[in-house]
Amino acid sequence: MPNPLYKKHILSIPELSREELELVVETAGQIKAEPRPTLLQHKVIASCFFEASTRTRLSFETSIQRLGGRVIGFPDAGNTSAGKKGETLADSVRVISSYVDAFVMRHPREGAARLASEFSGRVPVINGGDGANQHPTQTLLDLFTIYETQGRLDNLHIAMVGDLKYGRTVHSLTQALTKFKNNRFYFIAPDVLAMPDYILDQVKEAGMEYSIHSTMEEVMSELDILYMTRVQKERFDESEYAHIKSAFILSGQTLEGAKDNLKVLHPLPRVDEITVDVDSTPYAYYFEQAENGVYARQALLALVLNEEI
Amino acid sequence: MTKDNHLKVEAIKNGTVIDHIPANVGFKVLKLFKLDDTAERVTIGLNLPSSALGKKDLIKIENVLFDEQRAKRLALLAPNATVNKIENYQVVAKLPVVLPENIKGVFGCANTNCITHVEPAVESHFGVFVKDGDIQLKCKYCEKVFSREVMTEQA
Repeated sequence: MPNPLYKKHILSIPELSREELELVVETAGQIKAEPRPTLLQHKVIASCFFEASTRTRLSFETSIQRLGGRVIGFPDAGNTSAGKKGETLADSVRVISSYVDAFVMRHPREGAARLASEFSGRVPVINGGDGANQHPTQTLLDLFTIYETQGRLDNLHIAMVGDLKYGRTVHSLTQALTKFKNNRFYFIAPDVLAMPDYILDQVKEAGMEYSIHSTMEEVMSELDILYMTRVQKERFDESEYAHIKSAFILSGQTLEGAKDNLKVLHPLPRVDEITVDVDSTPYAYYFEQAENGVYARQALLALVLNEEI
Repeated sequence: MTKDNHLKVEAIKNGTVIDHIPANVGFKVLKLFKLDDTAERVTIGLNLPSSALGKKDLIKIENVLFDEQRAKRLALLAPNATVNKIENYQVVAKLPVVLPENIKGVFGCANTNCITHVEPAVESHFGVFVKDGDIQLKCKYCEKVFSREVMTEQA
């Protein structure tokens, strides 16, 4: 029987099952332990970034090359028919997907990847980010990193800090973790950037507990995972920002009392929300997390393009 | 029907009568089905007395027959409305007004950054569901969820 992700479009985290998420995590671990340089041999994969994203694009393209596949594509829409001549996304996808075995894309508009999946023939589309909506491979690498550092995806105490309103990363990660068992969430954000109600509802519907806090210190000793995001200055006026900023900056001192197994994650890039003295603590794991993006994306591409691996 | 009511709303020979529309929703129904731009005779009753609703709106459209698809779209605006098919002054069928599971090409997505606004090859597509008694629509593409009011206001 083919693996359940074979030939599947990967568009949105809520539509992946626990088993599928675990399969990617497990496969990523195997590939990290033992590289598989021929899993995408003779495959050509499109990497089409209608909106620039250095890290995601390089991570995908590295993944393809490490598995022996070849890449075609573009790093931004600037010099493409879509950007220059006004070609529709539907037409671009129809043509490019006829050249390739899989279609990786990022686009500034929400829903672009789902639309692409309707015009790609039978070529699987992998969403590398569609506007503010979904970025499923970020969540897959987050899950892999949590599993790698904690040995499980159930019974975890996870804090999410910063911009929880606009951050699609924290929304998708929360949705993914509600597919597992007995996870406990701590949401720490300025009031105006609080976690949206529909995500809180999903946590409740999954029978999991959450609480809302204004500082990291008050929950630090409970945590297995501290997931940091950036509070963007542009969302506040200057005096307001100066006032709230310090509560959402992680320094070595903030980590006092943390459990030994705590790991600090961040989707990067960071600006000043994690001070550099944290980098040398045993808790810092955000650079390893970024590296894990390559293994998680290798696992996903390998599963989507091979019946069995 | 009392004689009083008869005088207020003229009977039609062939067509459709939409009754039990909540008061103030009648104009939205007209717009939704583009009945504000038709050559057929349309009779509109607004704020009519209703034992069930207190006040109701009512629309009679001559020579236009509603199908089940239209009745489903109507359900978004007026879930308790009744749709009567009239032939030769008689009610010959009552169409069930039930919420559709999906609704395509009727409302534009309220998210201005949704891909459907710039791609002519697709029409809008929403999943319809009821949460805590409220009708909500979820865009198939951008995955955003909107209340019925947000979507039907633009109809």
